[in-house]
Amino acid sequence: MVWRHTLPSKAKVSAAKAAAKAAPVDPPARLAVRKTYKLYIGGAFPRSESGRSYPVTDAHGKLLAHAAQASRKDVRDAVSAARKAFAGWSGATAYNRGQVLYRVAEMLEGRREQFLAEVIAAETGTAADAAAQVDAAIDRWVWYAGWTDKYAQIVGGANPVAGPYFNFSLPEPSGVVGIIAPQESSLLGFVSVVAPAIAMGNTVVVIASSQRPLPAVSLAEALATSDLPGGVVNLLTGSAAELAPWLASHLDVNCLDLTGIDPADRVPLAVAAADTVKRVFAPGPIDLAADPGMSRLGAFVETKTVWHPTGV
Amino acid sequence: MTITSVASGTSGLSDVTSDDASLRRFLHGLPGVDQVGAEGRAVALATRSIKTTAKAWAIDAAIGMVDLTTLEGSDTPGKVRSLCAKAVRPDPSDPSTPPVAAVCVYPDLVATAVQALRGSTVQIASVATAFPSGRASLQTKLADVRDAVLAGATEIDMVIDRGAFLAGRYLQVFDEISAVKQACGTAHLKVILETGELVTLDSVRRASWLALLAGGDFVKTSTGKISPAATPPVALIMLQAVRDFAARTGEVRGVKLAGGIRTTKEAVRYLVMVNEVAGPRWLSPHSFRFGASTLLNDLLQQRHKLTTGAYDGSDYVSID
Repeated sequence: MVWRHTLPSKAKVSAAKAAAKAAPVDPPARLAVRKTYKLYIGGAFPRSESGRSYPVTDAHGKLLAHAAQASRKDVRDAVSAARKAFAGWSGATAYNRGQVLYRVAEMLEGRREQFLAEVIAAETGTAADAAAQVDAAIDRWVWYAGWTDKYAQIVGGANPVAGPYFNFSLPEPSGVVGIIAPQESSLLGFVSVVAPAIAMGNTVVVIASSQRPLPAVSLAEALATSDLPGGVVNLLTGSAAELAPWLASHLDVNCLDLTGIDPADRVPLAVAAADTVKRVFAPGPIDLAADPGMSRLGAFVETKTVWHPTGV
Repeated sequence: MTITSVASGTSGLSDVTSDDASLRRFLHGLPGVDQVGAEGRAVALATRSIKTTAKAWAIDAAIGMVDLTTLEGSDTPGKVRSLCAKAVRPDPSDPSTPPVAAVCVYPDLVATAVQALRGSTVQIASVATAFPSGRASLQTKLADVRDAVLAGATEIDMVIDRGAFLAGRYLQVFDEISAVKQACGTAHLKVILETGELVTLDSVRRASWLALLAGGDFVKTSTGKISPAATPPVALIMLQAVRDFAARTGEVRGVKLAGGIRTTKEAVRYLVMVNEVAGPRWLSPHSFRFGASTLLNDLLQQRHKLTTGAYDGSDYVSID
C-alpha cells in the first residue's frame, strides 16, 4: 500500500497559526460523554446483532441519541434468554420476587432526577406531568412487589368437591411473555406492562416504544442492578411493526401482550399467535393514571388445580 | 502449504515407517505450524456469509455428517434405541430431513444399535481401545476392538496413547494404530488424537500424519471428555494433513471433529473450512464428520426456521 501525504503549504500553516493567535478558543472543560443506548438481553447490554441503530428525537425533532434497532435475530436471542431464565425466576419464592421488585423501586428512586430528565426530553408534557409519571412508575413497582405473594391467596383457594379429596387451585406463571409496550408513555407505560408480568413469575421479551425508547433503556440499567436475574426482562428497541410478527410467530413464546399495538393492526399478530395457541392479551386503551388494579396480574397466569386424597 | 522437506515420491512414505529413527525424522521434518497464521486463517474463514439456499444445503449436509453420539456411563439400551430412532429420522415432522451418518456408542451397546438400525443407511460407530484415556495394555485394547467389530460396529473410534506420543515414542503409537486397524477388518478406523492434550499445533500435525501413515481412515480431534476439544485452528491443521496426504498418496482420508460444536453457525463455518482448506471432495460423510449430540438439535431448529419462517424453542426437539 502506498501512503500519500498531502502537506499543507507554508502559507496555509502560517495563516492557521495567525488565526490561532488572534482568537484563542477555550477548550471545553471536559469532553462530552455521550450515552449509547443498547438492548438488554440475558442480563447484558449488546448492540443489535444487525449493527443497526436509529435516531431518537424529542417532540421538536431535536436529536436526543441513537438507539439500537433490533432485528429478528435479536428477538430470537431475547426469547432464548427469557426461556433460560424462566425456571429460576418462576421457581423463586413469591416473597423473594417481591423483594427484588421492591429493590427495582429503590433503584428508580435513587435515579429519580435522571428519569425525570429523560421523560421530559422524550415526551411532550410539562415538567410536572413528567414528575407525576416518574413517581407513578416507582409507585407501580411497589404496588406489584406487594402483590407477588398475595395474588395466589386472592385468586387461588380450596374448592369444595363431591369426593374424598382436598382440591386446590393455584395460579402459576404462563412462561415467556412477549410484550409490545405502549407507544405514548415512555416510562410509566413500560413499567405498567412489564412489572405485573414478572411479578407473577413470567419472564418477558418487551419491545419498547419505537419513538420514545430511551427511558426504558435507562430503566433496564436499573433492573440490571436490582438483583433481577439476567434474562427475566429482555428489552428490545426499534420498530414494533418489524419485530412484533417475529414475536407473535415464535414457537417458544407462551403469551403475547398487544397493548402497544394499534387495535387496527392487531389481527395479523393474533392470527400468527394462534398457530401456537398463545395466550393473547389485547386490552382496550390503557389508563395509566388510574389505579392499576389486579387485571394485569391475571393476564399471564395459568390455574393449576390439584386433587389430593383425604383421609390418608 | 506444500511439503517438500519430506522423503521424496509416494514410495517414500513406506520407508518413513520402517524404524523409529526414520519415523521421527519424517514427523519432525514436517513444516512447522505458524500458529498465529493458522489462527488468523481460521478466523478469516469464519467470516464467510452463508445464507438462504446455501444455508439450507449446508444444514442438510451437516445433518448427514453427524455422528450422533452418546458416551455416558449412564447409557442404557433404551437410550441407545431412542438415539437410533432419531438418527434414522431426525425430524419426525419432516420426512425430507436426511438421516445422520452414524450413531456412536460404547462397545457393549453396539448390539442394541445394530438391532435398532437394521435396514437403514446409518452406520454404527463404536469407541474402543480403553476410551477415553487409552490407558490399557495393547491386548486389552485389541480385544475391545474385536468385541465391537464382532457385535456389528462398522466404524471404530480409537484413542492414541498420548503419553507415548508426547514422550516421543512414535513407533509405538504407529504400531498400536496399525494393530488396531488390522483388528478392525473391514470396519473403518477413526483415530482420536485428543488434541486438547497435544498442547501445540505442531504436535497436532505430527499426530495427524502418524495416524494417516498407520492406516487410520479418519483423524478425529477429541474424545469430547477433554476441553478444549475441536477448535478451528486444530481443524485447519488436520484438514491440511489429509489434503497433503491425498496429494502424496492419492488416498482420500477423512476428518472428524468432535466435542464443543453446538450451533449451526459453528458447523457451517467448519464446512466452509473443509471446502476451502481440503477441497469440495471432502464435503461428504465419507470424508468429513461431526461428532455431536446437541448440534443435531440446533441444526433441526435452524432447518425448521428455514422451512416454516418461524423460530422455535428447545421444546420442539428431543432432549437426547
